[in-house]
Amino acid sequence: MTEKVLMKGNEAFAEAAIRGGARFYFGYPITPQSEIPEFMSRELPKRGGTFLQAESELGAVNMAYGAGAAGGSVFLSSSSPGIALMQEGMSFLCSAEVPVVILNVSRGGPGIGGIQPGQADYFQATRGGGNGDYKLIVFAPASIQEAVDLIYESVALSDAWQNPIMIFADGIMGQMMEPITLPQARPFIEEADIAAKKPWAIVGYGNDDGNRRVVKSLRMQPDELEAHVEKLFKKYEQAKTALCRYESTNVADADIVFVAFGTVARITKEAIDILEAQGIRAGLIRPISLWPFPYGAFDEVGSKTTVVISAELSMGQMIDDVKLGIGGRKPVRLIHRTGGMIPTSIEIAERAKKIYEELR
Amino acid sequence: MKSVFTYTNGMTPVDTSYCPGCTHGIAHRLIMETLEEMGKLGEAIGAAPIGCSVQAHKFMNVDMCESAHGRAPAVASGIKRVHPNKLVFTYQGDGDLASIGMGEIVHAAARGEKICTFFINNCIYGMTSGQMAPTTLVGQKTTTSQDGRTVEQAGMPIKMSELIATLDCAVYVERVALDTPAHIRLAKKAVRRAFAVQEKKLGFAFVEMLSTCPTNWGLTPPDSMKWLADKMIPFYPLGVLKEPEDIQ
Ligand SMILES: Cc1ncc(C[n+]2csc(CCOP(=O)(O)OP(=O)(O)O)c2C)c(N)n1
Ligand code: SF4
Repeated sequence: MTEKVLMKGNEAFAEAAIRGGARFYFGYPITPQSEIPEFMSRELPKRGGTFLQAESELGAVNMAYGAGAAGGSVFLSSSSPGIALMQEGMSFLCSAEVPVVILNVSRGGPGIGGIQPGQADYFQATRGGGNGDYKLIVFAPASIQEAVDLIYESVALSDAWQNPIMIFADGIMGQMMEPITLPQARPFIEEADIAAKKPWAIVGYGNDDGNRRVVKSLRMQPDELEAHVEKLFKKYEQAKTALCRYESTNVADADIVFVAFGTVARITKEAIDILEAQGIRAGLIRPISLWPFPYGAFDEVGSKTTVVISAELSMGQMIDDVKLGIGGRKPVRLIHRTGGMIPTSIEIAERAKKIYEELR
Repeated sequence: MKSVFTYTNGMTPVDTSYCPGCTHGIAHRLIMETLEEMGKLGEAIGAAPIGCSVQAHKFMNVDMCESAHGRAPAVASGIKRVHPNKLVFTYQGDGDLASIGMGEIVHAAARGEKICTFFINNCIYGMTSGQMAPTTLVGQKTTTSQDGRTVEQAGMPIKMSELIATLDCAVYVERVALDTPAHIRLAKKAVRRAFAVQEKKLGFAFVEMLSTCPTNWGLTPPDSMKWLADKMIPFYPLGVLKEPEDIQ
């Protein structure tokens, strides 16, 4: 049954993962997502799942890899410095094609940074913070409801693509409350059904067809490794169209086209209203999938547009993709705050107006 | 004709990648033969390490996965949570387990994970060609302790079995050696007991196997066996450090 409730972001994310079918959770405390391990420790065992507090994020991601390789549906969460520690595991998960859903309730960096919200993990998420040729599928929700829906869906999607999926939320979303509709809970996969549902999983071969399975990443022969990576990239190539998602509002005849994701996209929507009242027409491209990035969305940008503005909680990371998307047809500018500072809608509107007037 | 020796079904019929005189092969065989004798090959799941035995899954005829360097105990913890009734084990070298993976092994033991860890201590990093390990003996020459390990520069070698035995939920800890037929027979008993501890869900079981690395020690296989007996066993004494009552 679906259910309408008022919930804090972090708890809603955890609930969505359980309802999506994630039976296993491995976590380590870090602000601003510690409510998630707390919630999971309370809720998962009651519902037939497993919570385990790991010794570190390295431990957590490798427990997730083991559980995922064994056919369990796994949810992981952390925040920026913890996600940094998990990069070794993410590269491994992608290479071994083990599904896991990983939530980053991100904060400001670099280093230990601060505990306020940030989006400066964009490169880490979309460019691969771990070694080698691999891609994480990355979704960036802009509301708690959207996060709930994406997390819920990603549990099955990650299985289908046999690839880890990252949900890139920020600390604001983790900490605020919103009314949401929770989706109907999917049943957990029973241990006895794993072999049939995930024929690649290591379950003990006596369980089914007598064939032995190995989940691995090492390929000592360069030609073998090249073939494996090329196989992965064929999958990523399909994902580029199948999983590309964005929202586009009033882009075609806008004076200014904003590009923003997550919380910043919501603030930008208010900024667009402020500009509208001043006679400046602004549109918004809101990437929902950060990888695959919706480059195609920029085809809509028309001749009337003066400038494309990337609004970010970083020193400008997504802006590289924005430039690739617009392909030099329009000037691209950045409006940003970092370190946990969040621009107001008025600030964004004022800065955008100034940029627009300079370039017009 | 009566058969006096058969290849164990626990090992795949391929040549291993180990050097002549290396005891990784013996360790593999002991574990796999034991699982075969228990009738559990189809119910075992292993986590291979990074090290010379990174491809253990090629030789051990059970479902297995690789693990990043040192992480096998965390990986096995995850596997065991999904399959609580399967026999889950890690197989790890001393660089993997006692250096980069120290956090994972200590916490898996502290949590009392119902898994077995087979720890191959050869006092050196084998795969990366002979650097100093946390288990390298004082005075032992390696490529990163070329005049011999000194206490002043690198401290003392870590005695993992003794360390693990301090943890209450590590219920079975034994150190064995793979140098002589008598020791190998004892080692096999230790493997059997470790799996029995897991079958009974008593806690974490740890078997340290003193092993050889003729290639990086710069010794012949026979001299390696002698070096193990003369140098390693006095520092790493053999025997049961801890054993639950209902397993003896
Ligand atoms: C993160 C990481 N660091 C370093 C290495 C390089 N490396 C591969 S094997 C190995 C040492 C393995 O030695 P040990 O665990 O003693 O096993 P042995 O090869 O002696 O059996 C090292 C350092 C690696 N693969 N990954
Ligand atoms: S390098 Fe040493 S540990 Fe590795 S296979 Fe050769 S002898 Fe064995």
